[in-house]
Amino acid sequence: MLDAIDFTLVNWSRAQFALTAMYHWIFVPLTLGLGILIAIMETLYVKTGNEDWKKVTKFWMVLFGINFAIGVATGIILEFEFGTNWSNYSWFVGDIFGAPLAIEGIFAFFMESTFIAIMFFGWKKVSKKTHLAATWLTAIGANLSALWILVANAWMQYPVGMQFNPDTARNEMVSFWDVLFSKVAVFKFLHTTSSGFVLAAIFIIGISAWFILKGRHLAFARKSIAVAAIFGFVASIYVAFTGDSSARGVAHEQPMKFASFEGLYNGSEGAGLIALGFMSTTNTDPSNENLMDMNMKIEIPNILSYLAYLNWNAFVPGVNDLVYGNAKYGIMSSEEKMKRGRVAIAKLREFKDAKKSGNTELASQLKTEFMSPDFQKNYFKYFGYGYISDPNFLIPNVPLTFYSFHTMVILGFYFILFFFLAFLFVIRGKLVKKKGFLRLAIWTIPLAYIAQQAGWIVAEVGRQPWVIQDLMPTMAAVTKISSSTVQVTFWMFFVIFTLLLIAELKIMFRQIKIGPKMDGGNK
Amino acid sequence: MRKVSEVFFQVWDFYYNGFRNMSSWGKQVWIVILIKLFILFFILRFFFFPDFLKTNFKTDQERGNYVLEKLVEPKNQ
Repeated sequence: MLDAIDFTLVNWSRAQFALTAMYHWIFVPLTLGLGILIAIMETLYVKTGNEDWKKVTKFWMVLFGINFAIGVATGIILEFEFGTNWSNYSWFVGDIFGAPLAIEGIFAFFMESTFIAIMFFGWKKVSKKTHLAATWLTAIGANLSALWILVANAWMQYPVGMQFNPDTARNEMVSFWDVLFSKVAVFKFLHTTSSGFVLAAIFIIGISAWFILKGRHLAFARKSIAVAAIFGFVASIYVAFTGDSSARGVAHEQPMKFASFEGLYNGSEGAGLIALGFMSTTNTDPSNENLMDMNMKIEIPNILSYLAYLNWNAFVPGVNDLVYGNAKYGIMSSEEKMKRGRVAIAKLREFKDAKKSGNTELASQLKTEFMSPDFQKNYFKYFGYGYISDPNFLIPNVPLTFYSFHTMVILGFYFILFFFLAFLFVIRGKLVKKKGFLRLAIWTIPLAYIAQQAGWIVAEVGRQPWVIQDLMPTMAAVTKISSSTVQVTFWMFFVIFTLLLIAELKIMFRQIKIGPKMDGGNK
Repeated sequence: MRKVSEVFFQVWDFYYNGFRNMSSWGKQVWIVILIKLFILFFILRFFFFPDFLKTNFKTDQERGNYVLEKLVEPKNQ
């Protein structure tokens, strides 16, 4: 079935979507976290009446505004791409995707545009408490906007709360609450937004460290670091917990992605967690170039089993178990899933033909059969496998997923240590003397962005080839358009995004150089 | 009616003065935002990103039939 599919088109469409999403994700986490941190700082100002806190708040609010302004609307391009490059997918997901995105659009526009205006224009126009309320509502509104996007993404990873209607060729929502509160959606939201809190805290500490190294605005920098270090420390521990819960959800609902996290080819009971590992360039299996041997690994026994199933000796399936099946542990082979998927597609084709020929009685009967709980559970559940002809196609890019996952996790633990040290140096009054740590703080800013992007690579590359888990692979989701058109717009985006990023960095660096307007200048 | 117009003018005055007294960085980012929105909605959307199904089919029925055709006949893709 794959023979006639233009993989150049699929790959360029994927590349374009990845470029746009990753660019958009440069700005979003800083907005999510900085909004909350600004609100905390302003709360300190309102509670203490100390004007220095107001100046601290106003400085970070400027950087928040620049980041928000450059990032705003970059996500809209993703919606353009859905309609142009991924029209089969857009239609197939129906209102499942449309409803959360519509709520996000309306919610974000009215809530953020109103309260952001009060934040920036209202310092002398409204009372302190009203202004504080506007700042908190901006921060909460930004995070709630992220909720709807992440709910839509979570549904693609774990499709629930819907039923496919063969008449319209669309999925129809049967339970909004199942979609909103699915375990994948809840942990994806908590993990993603809290990782934004960590990035923002690192951003504040890094820039404040730069001021200290330059001998400027020391009181401002100490105040900023104190708030960011406490907030960041709590947030980074929370990220670890939500990440653990999120990964457990992946182990249950996307076991192939979970096996790719760890480069686990053959499953085992009491599986170990690879704390650190390097893959070689040789393949374990000549039929699949994704499966690389480990050159070196440091493995902690039984931990993976516990993290995945809360049982030290539980069986964790590997890539090969999922491809070839494992009767002992009740794992169905990919070949069997592919057969069932083809049955589901064939039934849908029969329905379509009956409908087209005007045989309404047969069409009605086929629709009833298609919608029956038994058919849904045993065949439609594997609908997407019907498009696959080679089981190896079901294996994502293991090295990329493995390295992205381990980069994210290692950096996550580094951030906990980093915040702890920052807080320790602040309360002991030794921060100004710790030049090495201050330099490290500046270099930790790009590391926080790397961890963010690695997280998205883990989530999105790890689930390949699925655009909707088990129901729709990428090659069934693309629109039949010219791949050269997609290539042209890819490079257009690349240029536009680069120019916008340069503009943002220039405006932001200029404001950082100007610094906060604090009384006492450099004291 | 009078109160509604008062509220309207207060809101107008709030935004008008806010934009009028905006700092230089604020003006710069607004320039970037306006250029970006122009590129997005007047160039990219119109010339490069038409909605495939809305452009090529008139009704939802036609769109559904087209996608159904594609879903069951992957060779056509």
